[in-house]
Amino acid sequence: MKQRYERPLIKKLSAGPLNKFGARTETQPVPDIDGAPVKDLLGEFGSPLFVLSERQLRRNYQQAVRAFRTRYPRVQFAWSYKTNYLNAVCRVFHQEGAWAEVVSGFEYEKALLNGVPGPQIIFNGPSKSRAELERACALDSVIHLDHFDELYELLDVAATLPRRPRVAVRVNLDAGVYPQWDRFGFNLENGQAWNAIGRIVGSGRLELVGLHCHLGTYLLSTKPYGVAAQKLADLAWSCRTQLNTPIQYLDLGGGFPSTNTLKGAYLPGTDTAPGIDEFAEVIADTLQRAGFRQDELPLLVLEAGRLLVDDAGYLLGTVLATKRLADGRRATILDFGVNVLFTSFWYDHKISPAGDFSQHTEDTVLYGPLCMNIDVLRESVNLPLLSRGDQVVVHKVGAYNMTQWMQFITLRPAVVLLDEQGRPHRIRQAETLDYLQQLEEMPTHLSPSAPGTSPTAGGRPSQATTRP
Amino acid sequence: MKLKKNIATSETGFIFNPATGDSFTANALATEILQLLKQDRSPADIKTLLLNRYDVEPNQLEKDWDDLVAQLRDHQLLD
Amino acid sequence: MSPAADHRPRYVIGVTGLNAIDSPGPGVAVIRALRESPDFTVRIIGLSYEALEPGIYMHDVVDKTYQLPYPSAGTQVLLERLGEIHEREGLDVIIPNFDAELPNFVRLAPRLAALGIRTFLPTLEQLEARDKLNLRAFGEAHGLLVPQQHLLHRADELAQAAEQLGYPLVVKGKFYDATVAHTLEQARKAFHQISAKWGLPVIAQEFVQGHEINVAALGDGTGRTLSAVPMRKLYITDKGKAWAGITLEDETLLQLARRFVERTGWRGGCELELMRAADGRLFVLEINPRFPAWIYLTVAAGQNQPAALVRLALGLPVYPWTEYAVGRMFIRYAWDLITDNHEFHQISAFGEL
Repeated sequence: MKQRYERPLIKKLSAGPLNKFGARTETQPVPDIDGAPVKDLLGEFGSPLFVLSERQLRRNYQQAVRAFRTRYPRVQFAWSYKTNYLNAVCRVFHQEGAWAEVVSGFEYEKALLNGVPGPQIIFNGPSKSRAELERACALDSVIHLDHFDELYELLDVAATLPRRPRVAVRVNLDAGVYPQWDRFGFNLENGQAWNAIGRIVGSGRLELVGLHCHLGTYLLSTKPYGVAAQKLADLAWSCRTQLNTPIQYLDLGGGFPSTNTLKGAYLPGTDTAPGIDEFAEVIADTLQRAGFRQDELPLLVLEAGRLLVDDAGYLLGTVLATKRLADGRRATILDFGVNVLFTSFWYDHKISPAGDFSQHTEDTVLYGPLCMNIDVLRESVNLPLLSRGDQVVVHKVGAYNMTQWMQFITLRPAVVLLDEQGRPHRIRQAETLDYLQQLEEMPTHLSPSAPGTSPTAGGRPSQATTRP
Repeated sequence: MKLKKNIATSETGFIFNPATGDSFTANALATEILQLLKQDRSPADIKTLLLNRYDVEPNQLEKDWDDLVAQLRDHQLLD
Repeated sequence: MSPAADHRPRYVIGVTGLNAIDSPGPGVAVIRALRESPDFTVRIIGLSYEALEPGIYMHDVVDKTYQLPYPSAGTQVLLERLGEIHEREGLDVIIPNFDAELPNFVRLAPRLAALGIRTFLPTLEQLEARDKLNLRAFGEAHGLLVPQQHLLHRADELAQAAEQLGYPLVVKGKFYDATVAHTLEQARKAFHQISAKWGLPVIAQEFVQGHEINVAALGDGTGRTLSAVPMRKLYITDKGKAWAGITLEDETLLQLARRFVERTGWRGGCELELMRAADGRLFVLEINPRFPAWIYLTVAAGQNQPAALVRLALGLPVYPWTEYAVGRMFIRYAWDLITDNHEFHQISAFGEL
């Protein structure tokens, strides 16, 4: 029986003053996800592979709802489609009771196909075509107005309708957040929002049911939510007292952080991100004290996305190669790049080896497989001595990757959902060359003259693999 | 290939280069290789020994060997 | 070292900040103070981050040192490491001395207490209130004079800030570093350097001319100030650190410290960095949430703040001091400690010495 091999390493002992980051060690091996061995998952579905834990999705949802419902009587979550609109993920949340929050026509249709009733779809965002507005009106969804052009368009649409479309006004406001997201909705402080509300109520053609504010993204302080809740509540109060229009719901949006560590942050996200209970406390406390009678408290709508899905997602992959750079640094090349792990532009993702290792570690750059200089997953991370073929697990990748990923140089990998028993179900196949070329068309003058030859395959057989 | 004569290595994996003042730590395999080099064993000899002792493909060992030699050279530990 | 006649209790105390270098951490001074307590004897467990922190090698100051994971690794690994150390050493108290590590220790305090390791630290809210980014607002709310400041997220916001603050102005990092800039060009350069090192926002602060005074204070967590000792910096190194200082008698300084402690309910040691302007006004430049490196001067002046902090941590009664010796001076000096490189190997590779 031969001994286990670990490649030889010598490391210079250096010493300096306490620096900004030092070495983060992330050397705990992660051999399985919810009991499903990483090795088996990659063996069955190919590498790289996204894995989602249904157990964690449901746990996150239930925790978030509990955080708010124990503090405020009327709460409704709306699943933010853009965060992860794989149908299986959406359906888990809809099963748990979430409405849908969509920001485009195709997301709207996806929500309908996932069985969400029209009145439970919030149609948000700065871009809604006239046809989309008409469809949303017909199905009695709530349209969150973003700008005056949209408001006038909708007034026009509404003129011919028998029933008043339901709308909410998206408000941007100063809650001490930098940068202020003043590009979305109507500004509160300069009177724009009040002007829009007046226009809506005065027209008699639209039913104002909600006020909406989405402060930003990945906010690490709870305070701004208190400010926003107060300002929205005051605005709702004015609607009621000055325009005789009671507001049915206040939508505080999302922007709650997961526990990922933002690039440039000193302390890890697991220590600095406030928990959902802390956000709920500030929001609920502010609304409870805003002066509404207990029986007329507006419904509180939340559009949490990342918070519910990020830590339920993993990306599994394989080491393609290791090499030494000109300046002596170690580099490790993985089989997934920034095209698949888009959030590596924002986060220092935690990455763990799947197998066992000795206590020796080294600093390494993590590169993806793209022949592009930007394909860097971590500038520097302290890891055990990885070699070709070793498997790794990237943590907390459930949000914004499986929607913002792009097919670039490599194709998008398969996605697997582990059910509550830890059994894998493929919920999206790995892309193939055929899939990639499905929408391409060939002008006749570029088609091969010989009839019967596939115009797309160019003489080579297409391969059903993510790694051409 | 020869380690510089005055390089001090210990069984616990320390390397000290008295000419430059640099200190290093080595993992188990690097320590073993350095000991063998100090005994004037030839690279080919050492590699054969390691292939018999460890669960490693010849190609992998070859590649890691070259990398170790590059590290030793970078740190001015070789003659 | 342990005379049989000594009936004083013996506490095992973990101390960080052993970097007694040109911009020193307070650890070595804190230990020196603890060793002079008349109430107890100590075994000192040094807690280090870097292999060359001088305290590690000062064996008459530190009995044994263990390396800690960097603060940036977070609370979980820190707790695991402290748990290991505790099993071997039986820690009674830990006194953390670095700004950057404090949030971790504050978050861990209840779990450390469950292990039997006591601390006496400010709360996260207290840390937040005196944070550089919030100090101006804090000062306004509590009647403390803080220089005007602007938080900058982009270099092009400098020009506008400079227009209001005038030149020279101070460009500061959110954690460390400060540069005095006399022109927009200098300010821009400082902005880029500091933001690259410490991230955003960068602080542009009004420059106040005057002389620097520091106050080391200890609050019991209920708003009561147990000790406050003011010190005027007599000579400042190029890193802005006091090289020599002298205790002052000035009731306004004590009042200021007491107001800060009272308004925050400050828990533990702190240092107020003040600037006495030419017109006599006292500006608060920064408030550090821990003992300063010159803390031993408080012992020399008659108020052993670190020893009192240990009593607070252990739940023993502590009474406010009313007197301290004025005109006591410290003069810092450098000393070349000699060791062998096996000690350096030992701490580097095994994380303990």
